[in-house]
Amino acid sequence: MGHWEHFAHESDIGVRGLGASCAEAFEQAALALTAIVTDPAGVSSVDKVELSCEAPDMELLLADWLNAVIYEMATRHMLFSRYEVRLADGCLDAIAWGEPVELSRHRPAVEPKGATYTALSVRHREDGSWLAQCVVDV
Amino acid sequence: MDLSGFERISEFEWQAPATGAMRVPVVIFADEALMRAMDEKVREQASRVAMLPGIVRASYAMPDAHWGYGFPIGGVAAFDADEGGVVSAGGVGFDISCGVRCLHTGLKSAELLRQQVRLADALSRAIPAGVGSTGELRLSAAEMDDMLTGGARWAVERGYGDAADLERVEEGGQMKGAMPQQVSVQAKQRQRDEMGTLGSGNHYLEVQRVAEVYDEKIAAAYGVAVDDVVVSIHCGSRGLGHQIGTEFLRQMVVAAPSHGIVLPDRELACAPIESELGRSYLGAMRAAINCALANRQILTHLLRQVFAQVFPQARLPLLYDVSHNTCKVEEHEVDGRQRRLYVHRKGATRAFGPGHPDIPSALRAAGQPVLIGGSMGTSSFILAGTERGMKLAYGSACHGAGRAMSRHEATRRWHGREVTDELAERGILIRSPSFRGVAEEAPGAYKDVSAVVDAADSAGLARKVAKLVPLVCVKG
Repeated sequence: MGHWEHFAHESDIGVRGLGASCAEAFEQAALALTAIVTDPAGVSSVDKVELSCEAPDMELLLADWLNAVIYEMATRHMLFSRYEVRLADGCLDAIAWGEPVELSRHRPAVEPKGATYTALSVRHREDGSWLAQCVVDV
Repeated sequence: MDLSGFERISEFEWQAPATGAMRVPVVIFADEALMRAMDEKVREQASRVAMLPGIVRASYAMPDAHWGYGFPIGGVAAFDADEGGVVSAGGVGFDISCGVRCLHTGLKSAELLRQQVRLADALSRAIPAGVGSTGELRLSAAEMDDMLTGGARWAVERGYGDAADLERVEEGGQMKGAMPQQVSVQAKQRQRDEMGTLGSGNHYLEVQRVAEVYDEKIAAAYGVAVDDVVVSIHCGSRGLGHQIGTEFLRQMVVAAPSHGIVLPDRELACAPIESELGRSYLGAMRAAINCALANRQILTHLLRQVFAQVFPQARLPLLYDVSHNTCKVEEHEVDGRQRRLYVHRKGATRAFGPGHPDIPSALRAAGQPVLIGGSMGTSSFILAGTERGMKLAYGSACHGAGRAMSRHEATRRWHGREVTDELAERGILIRSPSFRGVAEEAPGAYKDVSAVVDAADSAGLARKVAKLVPLVCVKG
């Protein structure tokens, strides 16, 4: 079962996704991104947005993926609570489900500006699980 | 931070010599306590900056330096284009031209306090703050390009503020060399409804009282005296700057090998100044500087509208506007020779000394005002650039307190409502759309800004002029 966590960074915040597959780790990292703004449990998954990106390696792909989500959050004024990621040959196709931000209900804390390459890592761990992480500038 | 490996040049200057792939030494300005409290990552990041092509003299860190991405926050580095120097998107940061502007109000604190609650409420209604907040202005594609070229000057032409404001903004309110055509459709889209918004995180609009004056002469030149009320606005280039940072960081990482650049770390993504990508980034970054200047100008207009309702007699002339995430072309004397350098200041403020031609004539003899933001419960400071600072670190100083703990840790320790109530008891009214946001920005989550400012003053980077304490804070 995948999960996400935040890790400490002096001025910003680290997002980390863990999963049985790399795709699941990417999904969880994006949930960690939502959690920077608000509790994902309080976000309905009524609207869906399709995203895709490609990159020369998995680490850049993770940063691209998170930045694509940030872009959709910012321009659509949406929050996402569920992600489905498919990975193949350096390409990512995803569906994000969420709803428009409602200030009084979501009480968004801070907006992510962009995913950075600091502490950027995508790796297959010894126990067979996958980890995907980086620092997000807020 | 472990201090072994540093040579103490003076009480407030520490140097780590160039070793390995470093081309120049690392120089950090701080007292011993600040040095010891600094994250080990500051040395690591500053050392890697010292490896970049064309870096001149040293990789500097200001007293408030902390772990950033690529460059440390509080990092200053200058590059010479003629020596293969680079421009780095990570050396500017995502929030391009984030900065502080400070306005006089002509009011004394007793007058302000009589209407404090009314003012706080009116400001929180009028100033779009926090995640997802939008401004009223919508720009057509042509207007967006005009704004990206014209900066605060464009805003004034549109009726936001006075022409007199412009001479109190760096670059006269308009950064030259902006290339709106280098700004992507996505970046412009992200800015579509964000003109005239404060943003979130550590951004704020704060009504402040001048609590103390350290240098009467310079304070008089700046027009501030004890008990005066001023207003400071801290924000940047919003979504447009963030998107430009995101896109160029990636392009620079991918293109580095084709430029023959071996990156010590991906996060140091950069491109030669004399390359298509370097020029294109500089053009886009300067457009983002104009976006930030226009944004602060529009917010100034909104602020003045509120004051016109609550204090009809008040006028709010601009004291000064400084940016602390930029790369600017400047002339500096290095080893007895004038050189044209691309000075990156990331979380560092320009602090030009007295007589510099870029300082507005009315302030020139006193040195450039350096505006240092604190956290909401603590103090902010006005400093002045010095002659000595011009030689120490290209006329640069600190920009703020710097965080002492992560956001996560802050929310574990504090609740936003309690922080708001405690500050209210101390006479500081906080208005924010998010209690969690307030907890993350709790005063205790930041380092002591006084220590940072004292170190900047003692090191000679800038001279302490006045201390400001908050009365009302609209928090993003």
